[in-house]
Amino acid sequence: MTNSLNLDRIKEIISAVVGEELSVDVNATPVCITISAAKLLPVCEAVYKHPDLYFDTLSCLTGLDNGKEAGTMEVVYNLYSIPFNHHLMLKVVLPREKAELDSVVSVWRTANWQEREAFDMYGIIFNNHPDLRRILMPADWEGYPLRKDYVQQEEYRGITVKSN
Amino acid sequence: MKQQYINKASNLIESEPNKFKVKDLRSEEMIINLGPQHPSTHGVLRLEVVSDGEIIKEVVPHIGYLHRCFEKHAENLPFNQIIPFVDRMDYVASMNSEHAYVMGVERMLGIADQIPKRVEYIRVLVSELNRIASHFIAIGTYGMDIGAFTPFFWVMRDREHILRLLEWTCGSRLLYNYIWVGGLFYDLPVGFEDRCKEFVAYLKPKLGELDKILIDNKIFIERTAKVGVLPLDLAINYGVTGPMLRGSGLRFDLRRVDAYSVYPELDFAIPIGEGKMGTVGDCWDRTWVRMQEVYESVKVIEQCLEKLTKEHKRTKEFDPQALVPKKIRPKAQDFYIRAENPKGELGFFFRTDGRNDVPLRCKARGPSFVNLSVLPEITKGVLLADLIAIVGSLDVVMGEVDR
Repeated sequence: MTNSLNLDRIKEIISAVVGEELSVDVNATPVCITISAAKLLPVCEAVYKHPDLYFDTLSCLTGLDNGKEAGTMEVVYNLYSIPFNHHLMLKVVLPREKAELDSVVSVWRTANWQEREAFDMYGIIFNNHPDLRRILMPADWEGYPLRKDYVQQEEYRGITVKSN
Repeated sequence: MKQQYINKASNLIESEPNKFKVKDLRSEEMIINLGPQHPSTHGVLRLEVVSDGEIIKEVVPHIGYLHRCFEKHAENLPFNQIIPFVDRMDYVASMNSEHAYVMGVERMLGIADQIPKRVEYIRVLVSELNRIASHFIAIGTYGMDIGAFTPFFWVMRDREHILRLLEWTCGSRLLYNYIWVGGLFYDLPVGFEDRCKEFVAYLKPKLGELDKILIDNKIFIERTAKVGVLPLDLAINYGVTGPMLRGSGLRFDLRRVDAYSVYPELDFAIPIGEGKMGTVGDCWDRTWVRMQEVYESVKVIEQCLEKLTKEHKRTKEFDPQALVPKKIRPKAQDFYIRAENPKGELGFFFRTDGRNDVPLRCKARGPSFVNLSVLPEITKGVLLADLIAIVGSLDVVMGEVDR
């Protein structure tokens, strides 16, 4: 997967929105830029609308839990531009106790289900999401299964859940 | 003996509540529950339909009935042991999913360019065979959804030949575990190439028959043309990929765009929906694109067989497991890989820490999951009978939606 886009140009455009130095991880494939939760929505709107970037698809939205010691959760956005054929990864780091960030459904509507999945698995709250319900797990399931400290419930409606 | 489950009406209501409440409905409106055991929902998809007589107001898909915790399992398994779990996501196109996953791990390890050409050609050969099998299921069951029974039996008969061939390579019919990180489980069995050539010769006239009986059938066209039109901008905004995106008229195929494996050396066309029978992006276009892709896959298979019997012939020294690493431990990184599955873009997001054989996170971006999410948009104001036609044309596999 090649990244045909000039990295300096991306940094220039995004830092104009953020207004500070960016932390860039060139080790990641594609290149990953970390932004703060407050600036997520403006950055997403900018990279979607800017004529040089035009990231028109959100390929993949991933939730991540770094565990109790690190005390952080992450949301990773994999963006792709069909006309320019370039990729970008955006990363938002959130505190574990208060994992909240803005929804990007207003930019890419595909985020609707993918954010619901991240909410379902990690309990990350997406503000202004049109329909934030659990998607894969039952609505009355206890806990968020992909968190590192998740403990399975013993029983669910008379069904033994735990296997030995 | 302990009673396991007590069937109560309240259980279902509380575990998967409807989005819409009866008291909020207007007069004449009603909520119809379609699935999860409805035969035309292709597995365990449940649709909550708010309808006004025959006209549909809202569709709310309820998914998760086949959730098997792929991502949780993947966090506890070494990379090579995840492959059988990858098989079980899209269980009608396992070879393609394996190919995507293995390619990602190989690129993380940095051995992707050392893989022998013969291994790559075998991978592409079995993937394309599986692509045909998957499209056959899509076309056949779609015909059955809207009342054409015969084509289903025809495609199942032809698909059986493919499954037999793939069973011969690795011993199982659907869940192969054939493509390994760094190589293959086995070389092709002796005589496979000849048998595969015979199969291609057998298949070609059968495709023409299928075209005639289903795709060009007047009843089929009446049921599918101008139904469930998916405009291109909506498709892109919803992240729709694969035959659905191409059906909406964009020539976009990751086999060409990303040019992975040996696809740049192969000659095949990318069919797109042209709105021949109605509007661009309707159900007929999507099915037609799938049918054309079967023809293209046959072309690719013929070229692979040509290469496998001439340039990259079977030799005694050839060991498909020669490059299989003993320990798979990629360096610490975030990595996103994608590949063209029969349903669309299958992506994997990996996070590794460089100290472990297991990934810290392995997220699968299933094309069926994303493609299904567009359903509520394109079913507003259609007839209930058309809803069945639209759901069938999405070609979702619930194993991949729920993972």
